[in-house]
Amino acid sequence: MSNNYQPSPSPSEVGFSLISRRQALLGAAGVAGGAALLAACGSDAKEDGAAAPGATDGAAAPAASAAKGEVTFGSNYSDEKPKAALAATMAAFTNKDVTVKVNTVDHNSYQENITTYLQNPDDVMCWFAGYRMRFFAAKGLVGDISDVWGSLGELSGGFKTASTGDDGKQYFVPLYYYPWAVHYRKSVFAEKGYAIPKTWDEFLALCEKMTADGITPLVAANDGKWPQMGMFDMINLRTNGYQFHVDLMAGKKEWTSPEVAQVFTNWETILGHQQEGANGRTWQDGANALGAKEAGMYLLGTFVASNFDPAADPKAQEIIDDLDFFPFPSINPEHGQDAVEAPIDGFMMAAKPKNADAAKALLAYLGTAAAQEAYLAVDPSSVAASSKASTAGYNALQKKSAELVGSAKYIAQFLDRDTNPEFASKVMGDAIANFLDDPSKIAEILKGVEEQKKIIFAG
Amino acid sequence: MSTDVTKAAPQVGRRRRFSQLSKRDKIVLFSMVAVPTFLHIVFVWIPTLSTIVLSFTKWDGLSPVSSIKVVGLRNYWEIFTVFEAKLFAALFNNVVLLGFLFLGPSLLGVLLAYLLDKNIRGTRIYQGIYYFPVVLSLAVVGIIWKSVMFSERQGLLNHTWSILGDRTVFGQTEPIDFVGDQGKAFSFNIPFLDSALGPSKNFLVILLAIAWRHAGYVMVMYLAGLKSVDPALREAAAIDGCNEWQAFRNVVFPAMKPINVIVLVITVIEALRTFDIVAALNAPVGMELISLQVTENILGEGGGQVGRGSAYGVVLLIMCIGFIIWYLANHYREEQL
Repeated sequence: MSNNYQPSPSPSEVGFSLISRRQALLGAAGVAGGAALLAACGSDAKEDGAAAPGATDGAAAPAASAAKGEVTFGSNYSDEKPKAALAATMAAFTNKDVTVKVNTVDHNSYQENITTYLQNPDDVMCWFAGYRMRFFAAKGLVGDISDVWGSLGELSGGFKTASTGDDGKQYFVPLYYYPWAVHYRKSVFAEKGYAIPKTWDEFLALCEKMTADGITPLVAANDGKWPQMGMFDMINLRTNGYQFHVDLMAGKKEWTSPEVAQVFTNWETILGHQQEGANGRTWQDGANALGAKEAGMYLLGTFVASNFDPAADPKAQEIIDDLDFFPFPSINPEHGQDAVEAPIDGFMMAAKPKNADAAKALLAYLGTAAAQEAYLAVDPSSVAASSKASTAGYNALQKKSAELVGSAKYIAQFLDRDTNPEFASKVMGDAIANFLDDPSKIAEILKGVEEQKKIIFAG
Repeated sequence: MSTDVTKAAPQVGRRRRFSQLSKRDKIVLFSMVAVPTFLHIVFVWIPTLSTIVLSFTKWDGLSPVSSIKVVGLRNYWEIFTVFEAKLFAALFNNVVLLGFLFLGPSLLGVLLAYLLDKNIRGTRIYQGIYYFPVVLSLAVVGIIWKSVMFSERQGLLNHTWSILGDRTVFGQTEPIDFVGDQGKAFSFNIPFLDSALGPSKNFLVILLAIAWRHAGYVMVMYLAGLKSVDPALREAAAIDGCNEWQAFRNVVFPAMKPINVIVLVITVIEALRTFDIVAALNAPVGMELISLQVTENILGEGGGQVGRGSAYGVVLLIMCIGFIIWYLANHYREEQL
């Protein structure tokens, strides 16, 4: 596996530079054009279907032509908002000959049981781009959808790279991406006169100031053993740069190296500013601490906003409007703030779908601006993958997300998406929890990581 | 028995005299033996033997069976030298769990049953309350305790603490991280192991949740057992001048031997198979169990290590077999007496 490792796409490949600040401002002007394009796309698909019903055998033929009947859809969008958003996306599916049957599974169980599930999956299923998709593609467990990509003109080349397996074929259709950044409440920063820290020193000084003001500077959640992987990734990207991250994740660099030790040394300097008891805290509880202004900053994906539900809590909307984020401060000036983590979520097709035509039609639809806009209208905590999706409906955070990712030189996925899943879940999850529990043991912990890495990457 | 009959019959040739069983009887008898044997072999022995065989191989569980490679003792070498921290922590936790279930909830269950058997007022209500957790699966118990009792923000324990205001009583200034605190309550070193062994604080905490359920289970068993004890025995003990404790220890408890055996077996099984509560809590560090190592290696995205998972399974099997041998040996010895 490790030999076939490919890094995450660089932003230029992914085409994120398309979304510049200027373009975000011009977003409003683009609505009309976007709508026209959408209409055009919709009618295109239908015309193709009518004109060339027998063309399904051709590789480049749009799959929509013979699509009818029921297609099953395995969803891990089990939280309330994503679930509603997905329902809205399916409701907006214009192909009336195809009915989509959504089977929703709790997202933790879905991920835990994915290998079992893939033995007998739904026709179309939710998954993640990067190593985690290529892993299954290489094993022949998911279906080749290269022909669908023939009609996915709205997705730039970089997304295609991120959706491509080791054999050069496409196995994935992206829906959205979301960056990881340091979230904070604007009102707190305004009230106390805090400035956004650009460098590590400014960051540490801000932490000191917050502590003096009686605010815990950093939220620290790690229930499930994944949220703090983001902290490791960010400190690593800032300390050692993107290439080191890629090589480390590919198993090419040693965990006992001075570079990795430096990451944990840097982390140790802010440990005292983090909330205590990270290992048992859910990311939702962490978000609540930020919402209650008990804690000042929170490094998490922009999905943090989805924790606040205006329908359930009247104060939630106020918190959502008050949320803002800034990129993780720079540590090593050589790397500055040039990298960002922005995982891509999307869909795969079963290796042997019961209704291949309908499945491909659905996938082709999910890659369009129409589908992604329908989704983001309900759950606006991420950014559409389609370059044609209208940015006019974006809230301030979404615009900022697009901008953050657009301005980054390198994009990483996330520790558990950039490396061997066994290594991420079994070795790194425990190692980071152990570090948070007793930082003085880090040398011993890293020795264990390296030892286990060799076993896992060997075979 | 059926084989005797069928063998004897053709040999002698005087079927009517030797076989009092009709053809139908024989079919019934044969199927009564064959069906359970078949099921036993298919669902117990084949999985057990294939686990043992697979533990000497390497296989990702997804590729065709032909891709299975024999690797000898490599999986065992890996779990005992590379992933040893998890293995020994898991073994230790399983043993702690076993000891705890006997000393804590089992004894508590006996006590509760004994008290409720006294026909105190409202005994049925108490029975209902104590028995209630038993109808929940351990996974649900874990989720209930995590959110209702242990949660940092909404949990009863931390919340009560913050209302009382003074958190400094136990030297605790922050809310207690019940589920995540993997620090060891105490620890000791053993010579061939790098890391120290000891029960983690979070593991001790979920023992409470497990006890909450197990005590009710044991209570119901003993309640049934106590009802079956002949009241004359107690009267005789009372006449002989036994006090309450002596009567229980020397008369009532021994009279409940069948129940004791059942509780013993159930407790051991419960201790070795516990899995769901920890899985429901997202398996934090400190709550390692052998059963979890098996599933973590075989299932899931991080799984695909059927060989290594099977090796953990064999370790669990050996633990079970140790108990089974001890139990059978004891059982037969007493039968002979």
